[in-house]
Amino acid sequence: MFPRNFEYISASSIDEAVRELGNAEFAKVMSGGMSLIPMMKLRLLSPDLVVDIGRVGGLDQIKDDGDAVSIGALVRHTQTAGSSMVPDALRQAAAWTGDVQVRNRGTTAGAIAHADIAADQPSAVLALGATMVAHGPGGRREISADDFFVDVMTSALEPNEILTEVRIPKSGGSSAYEKLGRRGGHTDYAVAGASAWVDKPNGTIQAARVALTGVGTKATLARGVAEALVGSDGSEAAVSAAAERAIEGITVLEDLYGSVEYKTHLAKVMVKRAVMKALAS
Amino acid sequence: MSTTSVLGGVVKRREDPALIKGKARYVDDVKLTGMLHAAFVRSPFAHATITSVDSAEASGMPGVRAIYTSADVRHLGPLVAQVAVGKARPLLADGMVNHVGEAVVLVIAETRAQAQDAADSIHVEYESLSAVIDLKQAASDAAKTHSDLDSNILITWTAPFGADADTMAALVEKIAEAKAREDTVTVSLEMVNQRLLPTAIEPRSVVADWNDGYVEMTIFSSSQMISAVAGAVGKTLGIPYNRVNGIAPEVGGGFGVKLNVYNDEILMPWASMQLGAPVKFTETRREAATSSIQGRGWLATATITGTRDGEVLAYELDGICDMGAYTQNFTVAIPFLGVFVASGQYKFPTRLKLDCVTTNTMTTDAYRGAGRPEAIYYLERIMDAYSREIGMDPAAVRLKNFIPAEAFPSAVSPVGFAMDTGDYATNLEAMIDSQVYRDLFVERDELRSQGHLAGVGLSTYVEVCGFGPSGLVDLGFSWAGYGLPSAFNGSGLVRVNPDGTANVIIGTGPSGQGHKTTWSQIVSSQLGIEIDDIRVSYGDTKDAPMMVGTFGSRSAAVDGAAAFEAAQKVRDKAAKIAAHLLEASDADIRFEDGSAHVAGSPDKSVTWAAISQAAYQPHTLPAGMEGGLEAHAIFSPANATWPFGTTVCLVTVDRDTGDVQLRRWLSMDDCGNVINPMIVDGQIHGGVAQGIGQALFEEAVYDSNGNLLTPGLVDYPLVTAVDVPLFELNRTVTPSDINPLGVKGIGEAGTIGSAQTVVNAVVDALAEMGVKHIDMPLRPKRVWQAMNEATKG
Repeated sequence: MFPRNFEYISASSIDEAVRELGNAEFAKVMSGGMSLIPMMKLRLLSPDLVVDIGRVGGLDQIKDDGDAVSIGALVRHTQTAGSSMVPDALRQAAAWTGDVQVRNRGTTAGAIAHADIAADQPSAVLALGATMVAHGPGGRREISADDFFVDVMTSALEPNEILTEVRIPKSGGSSAYEKLGRRGGHTDYAVAGASAWVDKPNGTIQAARVALTGVGTKATLARGVAEALVGSDGSEAAVSAAAERAIEGITVLEDLYGSVEYKTHLAKVMVKRAVMKALAS
Repeated sequence: MSTTSVLGGVVKRREDPALIKGKARYVDDVKLTGMLHAAFVRSPFAHATITSVDSAEASGMPGVRAIYTSADVRHLGPLVAQVAVGKARPLLADGMVNHVGEAVVLVIAETRAQAQDAADSIHVEYESLSAVIDLKQAASDAAKTHSDLDSNILITWTAPFGADADTMAALVEKIAEAKAREDTVTVSLEMVNQRLLPTAIEPRSVVADWNDGYVEMTIFSSSQMISAVAGAVGKTLGIPYNRVNGIAPEVGGGFGVKLNVYNDEILMPWASMQLGAPVKFTETRREAATSSIQGRGWLATATITGTRDGEVLAYELDGICDMGAYTQNFTVAIPFLGVFVASGQYKFPTRLKLDCVTTNTMTTDAYRGAGRPEAIYYLERIMDAYSREIGMDPAAVRLKNFIPAEAFPSAVSPVGFAMDTGDYATNLEAMIDSQVYRDLFVERDELRSQGHLAGVGLSTYVEVCGFGPSGLVDLGFSWAGYGLPSAFNGSGLVRVNPDGTANVIIGTGPSGQGHKTTWSQIVSSQLGIEIDDIRVSYGDTKDAPMMVGTFGSRSAAVDGAAAFEAAQKVRDKAAKIAAHLLEASDADIRFEDGSAHVAGSPDKSVTWAAISQAAYQPHTLPAGMEGGLEAHAIFSPANATWPFGTTVCLVTVDRDTGDVQLRRWLSMDDCGNVINPMIVDGQIHGGVAQGIGQALFEEAVYDSNGNLLTPGLVDYPLVTAVDVPLFELNRTVTPSDINPLGVKGIGEAGTIGSAQTVVNAVVDALAEMGVKHIDMPLRPKRVWQAMNEATKG
């Protein structure tokens, strides 16, 4: 549990942090450090330089920003979980991330940038159609959540880019997150988790987005489910039928907590539960 | 005289302020001038020959002071063990590695990080061999774990204990006859009692400091048996026992993982002698998983033959127990502890055969309960399956087969062991007559009517603990291997100081059990000195009476009894001194509130301070009386103690996911007399939590190549407080008759009595689908799979 030697810089601005990232062969950004530090201690990751953005001002707020809710890079899971501005799916996912200590220190943006295959919040930002705001040497750019999660612990961020803000569009509708954790219930990483956003202004679902976590290499949109939901009446039968399409296009991975068969089944159960919960809220 | 007022009372733990304030000192807090740090290169292979070790690059790295391989330490011999059966562990791998995580190279550097950097730069070449992992394959001897051993089966334990061939043949025939009867059923299940990582919150840590001026070795170690560590260091390195200072300061959890002597505990002292500097090694969490002992690891078939009205005619257990690659302290003796309780609380004939096999995995040894949770798991699972098969209430079936209270004291169990005291029916009846028990079934049935899968599970248990009789030496449990003369005795030393305070030095140190509080209560009960005026210390071989250690729920029953007797000796002497000072008869002296007074004349009194001052001014003592006011006692009980009890729980199972929710937990334990109910309850909380952890979450998984797939807490879901329900505890009290306190021991009972209760409840919930058994851990995937297979038929 001893990291290799590394340089450490506490940046006072994002611009400074971006500059520093360009000065090392292998640099990592740290916000809460809840995933980075354990990986460094296990020597699974040995950056030459850690750029700590924890003291950069102005990034620790959740703001109403007109057509979107803006979550700054240093907003902790606890803040996200407790904010009435944040849609239910992300609030719930943040509330079920890690344990109390992790939630008090780790950040929503950090968990999203880390892109763990079984993390909770990536599926929520996918279902909510969020936009990721990154800062790099070329300035600011926006990345759609749909394009953000690339592979196992790999996001669309460039090595010298920093996720500075997560923007959740105010698209109305309702959302929810459901998971089965590794220690049962909602405890621990997701064996399978699903986020759902639905817009059902009258008797018919007009729009829907559903995303899964824990079952494949990354958080992934379940487009087939959304397609089946749109136009339906949102009845339990309709949702069950839609949930059958949960893993379309996803390669389900086996682990100690589930066979491919079980995870496939669980994905459907979680999708159904998330959609029903979203419809009920 | 008040002898029991503080026994049985809730006294707040005297150790907590230091722990809560962060003032408690652990081994890793020890920082000595010029101290060096160690790291190990460990095997990534389960079974391989070592073809080369290249440390050229590492030896030139900053801060590196020494790099050692087996060539440097081979002359010291392998690691000493208490029960020497099987392959002893080399201090560093000698040409071969036999499990993932085995220590191959030792690096010493000026900082821990430098040592780790250098270790990472050492290139070891291996030629991989096929690994023996599967227990049935190991038992078949199709491939050998160690080519120089005749068989992978190191020892086979059988029961009844000590039965000769004729007796065994007669028993086998009797069982066959029972099976052939038309009015009997035979129920049989093959079940896994999976491997666990006995995870202490504080990983093991060692600091060794050789001083060639004082000619003494000081070794700090986070150990449950520091005297054995000191003895082993002395024996291996040629240092007399009285020149090894073994110190176990605060020990942050033990559970058996620290009931061992490890190679690092020998290597650090040796390296300190080589380098003339103190050396520290603190294992990482990953090393704790791969290279400190693991627990459980049984595969066995339990079989009951009985009548359709609940009379069990025979119980059989046939299985294989995984010892791992090398045997350490108690390794092969752990299943033997299961033999002690193989027939549980029951009177029916019991036959047992357990093959202890060596595999290319980390050594197994004592983990909370150690052999007894495994044995009770099989017995109580199959009792449940049998009850279900004949359609009888599992509690009624148990009542029908218990050894009756009239058989005690010293009832002899069907497997051949005399048990101190027991009243099993009273304990179980106290549970089933309780309102909470009846409520549990109401709650279950309500849940069922709402469409939930709900179940109630019950288990009884008996435990053997409080080791114990020094005669255990004759059964092969000998501490002589560690260079120690002491057998399984308890020891205690009590001294009253001239200011009226008392010091108690005990032969067993806590790893969370609250010894400071409990021993203060024991001594206070005899001397009438306030609890806060009694200081309890432990864990230093230089100053302590000859000691053994903390394990097998033995501390109170053995070392507590020794302190009790030492306190009585001090009291008896103090009574003579007080009588002399007060001009009374010593038979009339009573001790209370820090003073001695004459019965019937409370105004005629003398304080403990005055008595002690007199004792240390011998000219004021009665003629011929020796000076001083301290006493030492060794206690060797006539038997072990045999606690018992009943546990019940209510679960629901998520139909769609297989997720088990544990909703309520009831315990009715009997550990004899209770010294401190709060501490006893705390022990039950932790014990039951660990049983629940085994039932629902935890499993050390080796793949077929011998890779440990669960080497850290991300992959090994250790039970936590959020995973367990509120524990609803109650107790019956059947005092032991083999120690003066009447206590039995409670450290392991919770674990022994709990895992099967959870499984029994889940099977109750799923019985309607036809599920008969699910192997632990009952992770949702397994429960779902069982439901799926059952409904598919």
